[in-house]
Amino acid sequence: MPTVTFMQAVHSALKLEMERDPSVYLAGVDISIGTFRVTAGLLEEFGERRVRDTPISESAIVGSAVGAAVCGLRPVIELMFVDFIGVSLDQLFNQAAKMKYMFGGRAKLPIVMRANFGGGLGAAAQHSQSLEAWFMHVPGLKVVMPSTPYDAKGLLISSIRDDNPVVFLEHKSLYFTATGEVPDEAYTVPIGKADVKRAGEDVTVVATAKMVSEALSAAETLAGEGISVEVVDPRTLSPLDEETILESVKKTNRLVVAHEEVKFAGSGAEIAAMVAEKGFDDLDAPIVRVGAPFTPVPFSPPLEKAFLPKAENIVAAVKQVTGR
Amino acid sequence: MTLSHEQMLECYTTMKRIRLFELRAAEEFAGMRIPGFVHLSVGQEAVAAGVCRALRASDYIVSNHRGHGHLIAKGGEFKPMMAELFGRKTGYCKGKGGSMHIASLDLGMLGANGIVGGGPPIAVGAALAAQYQDTDRVSVCFFGDGASNQGTTHEAMNMAAIWSLPVVFVVENNRWGEFTHQSRHQTIEDIADRAAGYNIPGVIVDGNDVMAVYETASEAVTRAREGKGPSLVECKTYRIRGHFEGDPMNYRSQDELQEWQEKDPIQRFERKLEEMHLLSADKIKEIEATIRAELEDAVQFAADSPYPDTSELMEDVYTA
Repeated sequence: MPTVTFMQAVHSALKLEMERDPSVYLAGVDISIGTFRVTAGLLEEFGERRVRDTPISESAIVGSAVGAAVCGLRPVIELMFVDFIGVSLDQLFNQAAKMKYMFGGRAKLPIVMRANFGGGLGAAAQHSQSLEAWFMHVPGLKVVMPSTPYDAKGLLISSIRDDNPVVFLEHKSLYFTATGEVPDEAYTVPIGKADVKRAGEDVTVVATAKMVSEALSAAETLAGEGISVEVVDPRTLSPLDEETILESVKKTNRLVVAHEEVKFAGSGAEIAAMVAEKGFDDLDAPIVRVGAPFTPVPFSPPLEKAFLPKAENIVAAVKQVTGR
Repeated sequence: MTLSHEQMLECYTTMKRIRLFELRAAEEFAGMRIPGFVHLSVGQEAVAAGVCRALRASDYIVSNHRGHGHLIAKGGEFKPMMAELFGRKTGYCKGKGGSMHIASLDLGMLGANGIVGGGPPIAVGAALAAQYQDTDRVSVCFFGDGASNQGTTHEAMNMAAIWSLPVVFVVENNRWGEFTHQSRHQTIEDIADRAAGYNIPGVIVDGNDVMAVYETASEAVTRAREGKGPSLVECKTYRIRGHFEGDPMNYRSQDELQEWQEKDPIQRFERKLEEMHLLSADKIKEIEATIRAELEDAVQFAADSPYPDTSELMEDVYTA
């Protein structure tokens, strides 16, 4: 099985689904070239009708996907950076997410909105955010966030085949640094199903996107100190796989949630509250969350480094909940 | 494209249907049988009737918060409309949408919209689907002078222009963006002037002359259907009632209201049809009586219909 990058895995999913289903089309700013090269080459292969460079008009990009989807197409649109959701949010959360419900069930909105997110490249405050909590909060949307090339390809294929609006979030620093074995052919990874990335006994660390590799790195360090960490990757944030998380906490009795989002009101808050409510009897320690501090993403490299959560923060959190 | 006498009478009947539905909705709302907000299109009937007359059943329309008239003109029936306003499960949206989100995909009516400016990008998407699938369907977007200032409207028109999409943007300039007169919310008098900014045709029409609206809309629809791209059609009209029902309308003058009541689209067309001997006082009474009876049935139907069961609360958030 070939080893590919996260970017190549996403590209492969798009290509295979476009080959399989003529109603799938791509739209976004500069996708013929591809901001991080993800969509490069697809215009040449599929033509302008199916790979559309758009004006820089995010409301029209998202809104036209809504209209096209309700009339039978399957748009896969790209927001160049998730931070740009601000200029198009109404079409996503008030229109795409709600149309089916408001219209009494008749509408079908099979839209995938891909966007990159996250920091570490010095892109600063308006190009580095993690906003998954915003999307999780909207009934009608699904929110998918893979951490590996294998998961990315399978989940994107599932997302494109899903008949609901899916927000598909790709951590920008994983595009070229995350590698793994990925089948050439199409396959699916189910939406709404978490994955235990590393089995352990002493503490559960629920982590997403880049924090999965940070958690695995932390787990290695902690193993050396006799602490066995189980790393659970939700892969989908909405719908959330509560069962897998609760089963893990039942086994380990301790929970740390790690995400790159600002800690306050992040996705970890929902996960922690859910476990506190449904898994209280299994907990031997309070739940600790690892997230970014409550600031915009700074530009200067040492500040950005201090801002971003990393393995050492997870190690500290694990030690806190295990009392070591 | 001239209409037959029968079709002209149909236009008239459509306008009467809209007028009487809206006035009945006003009554039901005042009687507290309709929850929430209603935004009525009394005075603007010629726009809905004239434009939709130029469309096929398979064409799409996207509406705004003032959408009852658009739905009726596109074939909406009184019973499921009234039931939706009453929040009953027999409504077009099973009671889940209400007046501001009323829709019928079967009729090609892609929804009223509670967000000013929410419609234009969606209408562009419907046109995109038509072009992509090589049908010769056309998409029409109804929006107001208020919405013409939204960024979404600008983005939509620009995108429609650059991709040459089969969409007709119909702006109902009723002179009032909610409580603010047009002269205080934009520097232009004619919204059609903005079409030049997108290099698309922009035309102005008397929005209270249903035949003029029909003819102008037909040209724009034909243009779109022939692959010649989008147009902006500005219909000069007036909102006789408030922005919403219950609006005390302290912000506008009796003089202005009276000036426009004298240009009532239905009365004007009535006079024209009477001159052509297609209508008489008796015929008008007959048409009215028929519509009123239908409305009575619809209100009864709505009042007798069950509310959705609370078990339906969680349904239709997602497609399985």
